[in-house]
Amino acid sequence: MTMASLFDLALAAAVLALAWWTISTREAFAAVIDFVAYGLLLALVWVRLGAVDVALTEAAIGGGLTGGLLIGAAARLRATEAAAAAERPGPAVRLIAAVGSALIAAGLVAAVLSLPDPAPTLAPNAAANLAATGVGNPVTAVLMAFRATDTVLEKVVLLLALIGVWSLAADRFWGGRPGPHHQADPNGALAFLARLLSPLGIVIGAYVLWVSADEPGGAFQGGTILAAMWLLVMMAGLTDAPPLRRRWLRLLLIAGPAIFLAVGAAGLWLAGAFLAYPVAWAKPLILLIEVPMMLTVAVTLGLLLAGPPRRLE
Amino acid sequence: MSGLIDLFTIVAVSAGAFFFLAGTVGLLRFPDALTRLHALTKADNLGLGLVVLGLLPHAGGLLAALKLVAVWLLVLLSGATISQLIARVARREAPPS
Repeated sequence: MTMASLFDLALAAAVLALAWWTISTREAFAAVIDFVAYGLLLALVWVRLGAVDVALTEAAIGGGLTGGLLIGAAARLRATEAAAAAERPGPAVRLIAAVGSALIAAGLVAAVLSLPDPAPTLAPNAAANLAATGVGNPVTAVLMAFRATDTVLEKVVLLLALIGVWSLAADRFWGGRPGPHHQADPNGALAFLARLLSPLGIVIGAYVLWVSADEPGGAFQGGTILAAMWLLVMMAGLTDAPPLRRRWLRLLLIAGPAIFLAVGAAGLWLAGAFLAYPVAWAKPLILLIEVPMMLTVAVTLGLLLAGPPRRLE
Repeated sequence: MSGLIDLFTIVAVSAGAFFFLAGTVGLLRFPDALTRLHALTKADNLGLGLVVLGLLPHAGGLLAALKLVAVWLLVLLSGATISQLIARVARREAPPS
């Protein structure tokens, strides 16, 4: 057995153990921390499978963003946690849950085992037509050209999620600022980190988008890094969250999908199909879509974590 | 020459792994939050630093080597800040006697 397969076995065992740990932990906060570590290990699994783009997304979204959302949820649930932990489901509920879980697991196993070998794949077609898109990273080509419809809808879903969060606001705070106003020591460690790290993070976010033409990366991963920097600056008290009624904020939120749809509609008469690009213009058009998309993703994710508006000023 | 470089890499990365091991043992065995943080920062600072140092000759170019050093510096920065924040909370919850 080689070192690499030993490492893979250890990694798989660690992922399974951490998954078990996450669902068997009774305390919500500890379970969230386990889940974040689980997301980071899963990103390593994707790296081992050669899917670096997926690994980046898993680390940013599965580990970072979801972890942040869940930590907020765990903090809100703290008051009722003791009561929830004291509740024990009856034997009938436990039996039904066990049978249901076993059936789903069996179904998944059956589905995986019945996959044809070799698996059906469009990868050769995607690789053969890569040159027509003007980008060198096949994942970016799939996301921005071959399956651009999925990417548009993904961004619209993100916007719907944000509207869902906003709808939790009390009527009198509608359009106000989200979350508490963070008061941190202006000379403290957090403010120092925010001052030092955020310029670097902005450069890295833009870099991750820029290299996605030829290397793993993309608007989503870059946008997540930008959102993290924004949240860091807000948490350090260096800036306040903007009131949600601001016109520039609303425009930024829709800029990504709107420009994507506009370019897609232009494709109807320029290239003969919705979301088709004229071949000579593919690369600049993809950039034109991706830059506002990254800003939209950054603002949307930042506001998702900031939560519903809770104060007027 | 390449044998010497490989030897350097093996020694440095092994030393780094040793610090990670020691930091993990400290995290598990030390009695309170502050001493555990002390153990953990050794893994971050020296452990990762030695691993990066060992990998530098194999980075394949100046740019890749600078990226490795940047990763180490960023981990240093975040590690130092996070341990400050955790230590502050730990001290607030259990003031030193």
